[in-house]
Amino acid sequence: MAMTATADHARADPHQIGVVVEHPGPAPKRIVTAYGFWVFLLSDIVMFSCFFAAYAVLSGQTAGGPKGAEIFEQRNVAIETVCLLLSSFTCGMASIAADVRNRFWFYLGMTVTCVLGLIFLAIEFREFADLVARGYGPSRSAFLTAFFSLVGCHGLHVSAGVLWLLTMMAQVFAKGFRADVLRRMMCFALFWHALDIIWVGVFSVVYLLGGAP
Amino acid sequence: MLGKLDWSAIPFDQPIPLVAGAMVLVAILGVLTWVVVKGHLPYLWSEWITSVDHKRIGVMYILLASVMLLRGGSDAIMMRIQQAVAYQSQGYLPPEHYNQIFSAHGTIMIFFVAMPFVIGLMNLVVPLQLGVRDVAFPTLNSVGFWLTATGALLVNVSLVVGEFARTGWLAFPPLSELSYSPGVGVDYYAWSLQISGVGTLVAGINLVTTVLKLRTKGMNYLRMPMFCWTTLASNLLIVAAFPILTATLAMLLLDRYLGFHFFTNEAGGNVMMFMNLIWAWGHPEVYILVLPAFGVFSEVVSTFSGKALFGYRSMVLATMAICVISFMVWLHHFFTMGAGPDVNAIFGIASMIIAVPTGVKIYNWLFTMYGGRIRFATPMLWSVGFMVTFIIGGLTGVLVAVPPADFMLHNSMFLVAHFHNVIIGGVLFGAFAGFEYWFPKAFGFRLDERWGKAAFWFTFLGFYVTFMPLYIAGMLGMTRRMQHYDVAAWRPWMIVAAVGMAVLTIGVICQIMQLVISIRNREALRDRTGDPWDGRSLEWATSSPPPVFNFAFNPDVRGEDAYWEMKAHARQQSFEHEELEYQDIEMPRNSPTGFVCAFFAAIMGFALIWHIWWMVILGGIGAFATFVVFAWRDHDEYVIPAEEVARIDRINIEERRSLVSMAGAV
Ligand code: HEM
Ligand SMILES: [Cu+2]
Repeated sequence: MAMTATADHARADPHQIGVVVEHPGPAPKRIVTAYGFWVFLLSDIVMFSCFFAAYAVLSGQTAGGPKGAEIFEQRNVAIETVCLLLSSFTCGMASIAADVRNRFWFYLGMTVTCVLGLIFLAIEFREFADLVARGYGPSRSAFLTAFFSLVGCHGLHVSAGVLWLLTMMAQVFAKGFRADVLRRMMCFALFWHALDIIWVGVFSVVYLLGGAP
Repeated sequence: MLGKLDWSAIPFDQPIPLVAGAMVLVAILGVLTWVVVKGHLPYLWSEWITSVDHKRIGVMYILLASVMLLRGGSDAIMMRIQQAVAYQSQGYLPPEHYNQIFSAHGTIMIFFVAMPFVIGLMNLVVPLQLGVRDVAFPTLNSVGFWLTATGALLVNVSLVVGEFARTGWLAFPPLSELSYSPGVGVDYYAWSLQISGVGTLVAGINLVTTVLKLRTKGMNYLRMPMFCWTTLASNLLIVAAFPILTATLAMLLLDRYLGFHFFTNEAGGNVMMFMNLIWAWGHPEVYILVLPAFGVFSEVVSTFSGKALFGYRSMVLATMAICVISFMVWLHHFFTMGAGPDVNAIFGIASMIIAVPTGVKIYNWLFTMYGGRIRFATPMLWSVGFMVTFIIGGLTGVLVAVPPADFMLHNSMFLVAHFHNVIIGGVLFGAFAGFEYWFPKAFGFRLDERWGKAAFWFTFLGFYVTFMPLYIAGMLGMTRRMQHYDVAAWRPWMIVAAVGMAVLTIGVICQIMQLVISIRNREALRDRTGDPWDGRSLEWATSSPPPVFNFAFNPDVRGEDAYWEMKAHARQQSFEHEELEYQDIEMPRNSPTGFVCAFFAAIMGFALIWHIWWMVILGGIGAFATFVVFAWRDHDEYVIPAEEVARIDRINIEERRSLVSMAGAV
């Protein structure tokens, strides 16, 4: 290359450090996409951390309303958690299936993931509806405000994930395992796993710590 | 059907916004008609609106910022006149109107002038400096720009339909809660920022990934131009801080729309939580703005001194130090709110520590100039002007970071003077320096130097005449955001500041004249070499304006100041492109995704502000559909054949060879 030739004179090691590892050039698209998505996930986690912080600040502010221990149903939460963790496993299966280009296992893995996600959402929705019906909606107290927002924000993410999941399945159906479809699948898997990690936080901070009498 | 929207939203009884809005409308319609009648619409659509080329997107960002600068500037003129006349009288702006103006002014200047200006410069320049063909996510880049434009649009719509917030540029609760601000003003504010905030986050992710993952061969981290480093730092801050803003505004909106109690006075809400959250974003934000400006100055000072940047490594270190420390000082924005002496002391000291890396930078620039052969072209004038001005701003910053002093100066005109001192003297001067410096790269011709210098001097002097009096007024006890006042001692300073504003306005007019004159004389000002300033980094290694693919061959970098070394070497040898095998280049296809997405976002934002729920759903479905359609397309790249690449590149090489042989003769 021309630039190779002309740049020979440039100081390769201006600060005499000894070792200079030459940067090999732009990364391949797969890496770039996944990296960018990671950065996005980090920013999303920052956003969640604000809601966590709000929950920590407001969890004692019940304004005469119920405390956490009075309204949390540990059994439901346990089922939710199992659903979500299992769905991460099946999502991983679907990713592997996509990598080896096996449609059957891909569709199966994604379908199970979707069903588990929907069960999770259904339980959460019931919990919310039940609380609102008992007069413990988010405007009852600052504590409930923070609770509904944190858990609801996670729920919204799961809903978006389900929408994405269905789009992903449709894409594989229509386009097969094309390079760009596979890249998106990788991002989806990252997203789904990240939601799991956040749920672990929600579970511990909201339901375990907040559920303590 | 239309939610809260009816005819009473149009302020028929208030001539100023109505006339201003009508003028803007006429101007937009005029431009549109001109575009359509002249048949420019297809060109605009295919070459700009749907473009995913980082250079075009950068230019559009800067255009947006410039237009909004005029809008924000008009607000500033109105406020300065009001404070000059409103001594023991009501002046000409009623309080509710004055409050909207200062809120809109701050919001616009930070979010729709400073942000798009620096993001535009980074977009335009960073891929070129890294020696690559595009950013990491070209289509998302376009989405980010158009979402920012949507936010700006909504703020301007509030001028004629409804009202804007009266709460200041950060909408502190409880004032911004529904009980005290029942109108749509705060909603306009919050939704505009939510939408443009998503755009900014997208830009941040994109640029972080670009710098970390897309560098040409041999572009090790410690060979990157300084501007790439500050871009990295600034965008890391965007990624880490903007989600906080999004979350905070979401909480405020939940309070307002669904009766939540995050920040209300009742039911256990906590106002101080808003202060903490908003400033945990807000202080990093000021460094998001000023770090890229520092990068511009580093490039400009080194180029126009004809020397490599002094203390490159300490500069990198200082940049990254600022990046980290800027997250640890937020509490200095509310020393007076009762955190107690220990906490205040810690944050006061942290705030002073952040001035240290900034000082390191100033010395580095000075030592870069020392012993250099300095050319005082317009970009260099802005840089020197910056150094002088920013030091004053930094010093007053350190002063208000001393808690006991801040108890006297908090929320006074002194504070107003401080942050204008750093934002105008730092960010705006940096933006102008970058504009003058890279304009020839973007458009292929230089800007007129005489008008440019006039613009600098008027702005520079105007700045001092406007803002130094505000320091004094602050020390005389004048608080910020006053619609009228009765203290005689303040009056003269307000009049001086108004005069300064007039001088600043002349500066802006010079800037506009510079653009007009330069476009008229563009043939004479043509830059054929691609390297009008004798530059040092890779953006100058390609033609002006660069071809879509930026570089025919990805440059191979062997040291700092990559292009400088290449030139030094090429004076002895000749360019050897001919022996090379040109290859096909794949480039991303244009896409209307960004524009269409922003269209739906605008509809959704407007509907949300006015509680028009069916329209919200419509907009949401539209936005989702756009993404699916985008994900469905089969060809996202097109190929530029090798012959075409060769033809374009050979022209550039010819021009360049004549430059080198001329330089060799000197
Ligand atoms: C040398 C480093 C700096 C220090 C120590 C510093 C310190 C401070 C302090 C303590 C305040 C709050 C004062 C009060 O509210 O009473 C403040 C306000 C402010 N500063 Fe700085 N500052 C520095 C640099 C900057 C820079 C570089 C920028 C922007 C580019 C900036 C922009 C602002 C803004 C916008 C405000 C006012 C926000 C508001 O209340 O509306 N500062 N600064
Ligand atoms: Cu600050």
